[in-house]
Amino acid sequence: MNSKTRIIEVRENVFKQNDIVARALRERFREAGVFVVSLVSSPGAGKTALLEKTLTLLRRQFRVAALVGDLATENDAARLARSQVPVKQIITGTVCHLEAAMVERSLEGWKLDELDFLFIENVGNLVCPSSYDLGEYLRLVLLSVTEGEDKPLKYPTIFNSADVAVITKADLAEAVEFDALTANRNIQAVRPDMPVITLSTKSSAGMQQFLDFLVFRRTLAREVSASQPANASAASD
Amino acid sequence: MHELSIAMSIVELAQEESDRRGGVQIKAVHLRLGLLSGVVKEALLSSYEMACEDTPLQGSRLQVEEVPVLIFCRKCDAQLPVHSTQMFCCSVCGTPTGEVVQGKELLVVGLEVEE
Repeated sequence: MNSKTRIIEVRENVFKQNDIVARALRERFREAGVFVVSLVSSPGAGKTALLEKTLTLLRRQFRVAALVGDLATENDAARLARSQVPVKQIITGTVCHLEAAMVERSLEGWKLDELDFLFIENVGNLVCPSSYDLGEYLRLVLLSVTEGEDKPLKYPTIFNSADVAVITKADLAEAVEFDALTANRNIQAVRPDMPVITLSTKSSAGMQQFLDFLVFRRTLAREVSASQPANASAASD
Repeated sequence: MHELSIAMSIVELAQEESDRRGGVQIKAVHLRLGLLSGVVKEALLSSYEMACEDTPLQGSRLQVEEVPVLIFCRKCDAQLPVHSTQMFCCSVCGTPTGEVVQGKELLVVGLEVEE
């Protein structure tokens, strides 16, 4: 056991492949002028319900489409197809999250410049999706009132990776004695200044505020994009 | 559980580096794992062994250095450790901040090879 060893210094990002694809996607989305929003949450927090409602309402004014990730079924895509917008299911098999390359493959043949909004629903999982950039402009993390106020503290990484928190199933808040103040405090603890939107797809409370927020952020992104030279976003990181 | 696919990426990455250097035998891979990378050290270590099976890296070690989360505190005008991952504020002055400057990375930083 006297063989000598030496250390070769390297510096390689393990997520390099995903990050390269995600960056290229982000640039493609920017050039096409499509605002891309992804949704992450635990299973059953209401991603598909929120998306169904959002697609139905937004399509009155905008050109919208969705990609939905699922481990095994096409049920979500079937549900979303009812909103009469282009929807594509990404079946991940045993993979517990979406990766940028899956998004890229699913977009083959899509004319992105004919879209205003593209939604990407991740696999229901609060752990794995946090490591994978999908090239989205805005990442929403959903928290349903039935899950308890301490979810952000239990899964700080995913909350930290998101841009906006959406509290769903607000119509059940009273029944489950949801403490909105504590939930908000916990969200702010793991992601200071994160915008929080509370809504119910059942009663529609908060839906208009949510849609206004998306439209506003899209306008903002287009203004920023217009004021920047091409490739500026790719060169900055 | 996405650690297995990550472990496979690490093995692949190390293998490429080894090939680039004329196929040196790798004894260990040194990894920097940020506490906000979304990757769990223990799960990664057991996945690594599996990922190495039937590859030239079989029997090699994965040496993980956990990297703490640093934030930029505007009040202190410095990069400082975060209070905790449950409380994103400056550990010195307590000012809340979401500006993470370190802790999301997963980097292969070194390969231990036979002389």
